[in-house]
Amino acid sequence: MTTSTIRYPRYHEDFQALAAIRPGPSWLVDLRAAAWDRFNELGLPTARRGNERWKYTNLRPLAAIAFESPQATDSTGGLDAGTVRSLAPWDEAWTNLVFVDGKFSEALSTIAPAQNGTVCSDLASALNGNSGPVRDGLAQLASFDDDAFAALNTAFINDGASIQVPDNAVTASPVNLVFVSTAGPQPQVTHPRTLVQVGRNARLTLVESYVDLTGGSNFTNAVLEMAVGQGSHVDHFRLLMDTPDGFHVGTSRVLQGQDSSVTSSSFTTGAAMARNDFLVTLDAPGASCDLRGLYATTGSQHIDNLINIDHAKPHTTSRLFYKGILSGKSRAVFGGTVTVRRDAQKADSRQTDKNLVLSHEAEVDSKPSLLIYADDVQCGHGATAGHIDQDTLFYMQSRGLDRATATKMLIQAFAAEIVDTVGVEQVHGFLETVFAGSIPAESVVFGGRP
Amino acid sequence: MNDSNGNNQPMLEVHDLHVKVADSGILNGIDFLVNAGEVHAIMGPNGSGKSTLANVLAGRPEYEITQGEVVYRGNDLLAMEPEERARQGVFLAFQYPVELPGVRAWQFLKAAVDALREHNGEEELSAREFDRMLREKIQMVEIDPDLARRTVNEGFSGGEKKRNEILQMAMLEPKLAVLDETDSGLDIDALRIVADGVNKLRSDSNAIVLVTHYQRMLNYITPDFVHVLMDGRIVRSGGPALAHELEEKGYDWIRESVEASQ
Repeated sequence: MTTSTIRYPRYHEDFQALAAIRPGPSWLVDLRAAAWDRFNELGLPTARRGNERWKYTNLRPLAAIAFESPQATDSTGGLDAGTVRSLAPWDEAWTNLVFVDGKFSEALSTIAPAQNGTVCSDLASALNGNSGPVRDGLAQLASFDDDAFAALNTAFINDGASIQVPDNAVTASPVNLVFVSTAGPQPQVTHPRTLVQVGRNARLTLVESYVDLTGGSNFTNAVLEMAVGQGSHVDHFRLLMDTPDGFHVGTSRVLQGQDSSVTSSSFTTGAAMARNDFLVTLDAPGASCDLRGLYATTGSQHIDNLINIDHAKPHTTSRLFYKGILSGKSRAVFGGTVTVRRDAQKADSRQTDKNLVLSHEAEVDSKPSLLIYADDVQCGHGATAGHIDQDTLFYMQSRGLDRATATKMLIQAFAAEIVDTVGVEQVHGFLETVFAGSIPAESVVFGGRP
Repeated sequence: MNDSNGNNQPMLEVHDLHVKVADSGILNGIDFLVNAGEVHAIMGPNGSGKSTLANVLAGRPEYEITQGEVVYRGNDLLAMEPEERARQGVFLAFQYPVELPGVRAWQFLKAAVDALREHNGEEELSAREFDRMLREKIQMVEIDPDLARRTVNEGFSGGEKKRNEILQMAMLEPKLAVLDETDSGLDIDALRIVADGVNKLRSDSNAIVLVTHYQRMLNYITPDFVHVLMDGRIVRSGGPALAHELEEKGYDWIRESVEASQ
């Protein structure tokens, strides 16, 4: 090991302490150590000119907090089943894996009978059992060479979810992952890790929810790796409902095989700073993805969506459609980059980001971009930011609706374009009630006729 | 004569109304009186202030009322918020109906009807009751039933937007309907449909103020009174014949005769 300085003593202390109590198989010990070294070399990114990935998101507040690893508590963290079920989409017939402060809670989870050989388990058990597929799959898609948060997560890999769907298996009922953060004496950090391996001609619906019950400054540094085999289809939903002072970095890496399709919908509210870093690689002909997102910020919140779609092979298709609702002094960043590599001919891509800005102080930086190295492609992108104007409100008022009702109707209609694409009834219902309820419904009136 | 039921009360009394916007006067003393059962046409060249008058009656916020009063069924109309005016039975058919992105016409109309019903102390309509009412009115104004499932005014043709305004009017059954250039941009068939719709809604208990540049709509909806607006004033009032005379001789004829009499 080199003699480089330790830049984050708190993380280092926890890393050493945890290494001592979580020995694990040697490949895992080596992986964690390599990831730690890399994190220590890279350090947390800084927002600066030239650092395109972090240009608009300041990590200084995150770096300033010495987050603690959660103390081991009983596996429910004091939560009862009823509370957990109200926090996220839920159905008793699903496989529901609940994690409290990063740790799997068997008591709060419900595992549906195995469907067609699909294996769902907590990652800690899979690691303890030295599962072959986990060993082979882990850290294959979420490279930490150039990614401090993936490196940090990997250094602390311990728990999360492991899902393997064999060839030709159709998992009819969704797999539901609920990550709950609770209050500790100090701000806490968790590093949940999810590994999803879908074979050929298989089908999976996956719901991930991240919720924070504290109102404090916890930090969730989550990583998802998902490999989708030839001819398979995955429906993925990712919900983040953070507290106004919370921090969240979600790194999702998806690799798609031939003729596979993935739809992924992301719903984000809250957070002093939330970053959704999503990369889909369309790695074989016929692969297609459809990514949608809705983010709502208020107060001094900051939500950053960095979405990358890599058309690595010919005849691949992608759709990217995100919408944002901003109020207060909040800020949103949308960085969508679609890359079409040189031999990815006949790639077909559309990306759109639309924002509804409800206050004068809110700001959105929307940067959809295309990097095209092939010459026979169909690609388009666009971004808009609009507001609720006086003419619109007056029209609705002139039909008897008061301003508050009219504003709410417009905001909900804006959100519905994403929410209504959700085909899983329980998720849709949850979004319409709980999630939509957390979206601010007040607007400053803009403009009017001269 | 103003009993508490408003039976013999005028529908609308406009007295000496002065309105400014961005420091320039656009209505410079308007007086007229509308009774239940009457149709008044407000005609005038571009820039005469007729759309301003229509919008002021509905409560568009950016106008400054500097003088005068407007009494609607015995109450001070200008003191009411736009939604309050609507709930009390004032309706403006917009010259440029606004698109409401993502808001379904069905949902919007239901909310509007329910707001009105709540104001009148009635219960919300069930979805089924509302559907029945909507179907009936859709037939009445000969509108494409699909329109109700679409987003309000989004992607509507000019004619569809105007017809949709009349559908809203039919659903809300206003006591005082102000139609702001509802005829503009309509082809002759659409004009006939819109006018038929208005005629069906005309009754002894409501009143209509038609704001128009051209006489052609008055071929279908016969007014009881015609007022000619110029430079923010009513310069002449008369019966339906005045509209025909205007059509024949043009606004310059009025302008010259007004100037000659000053």
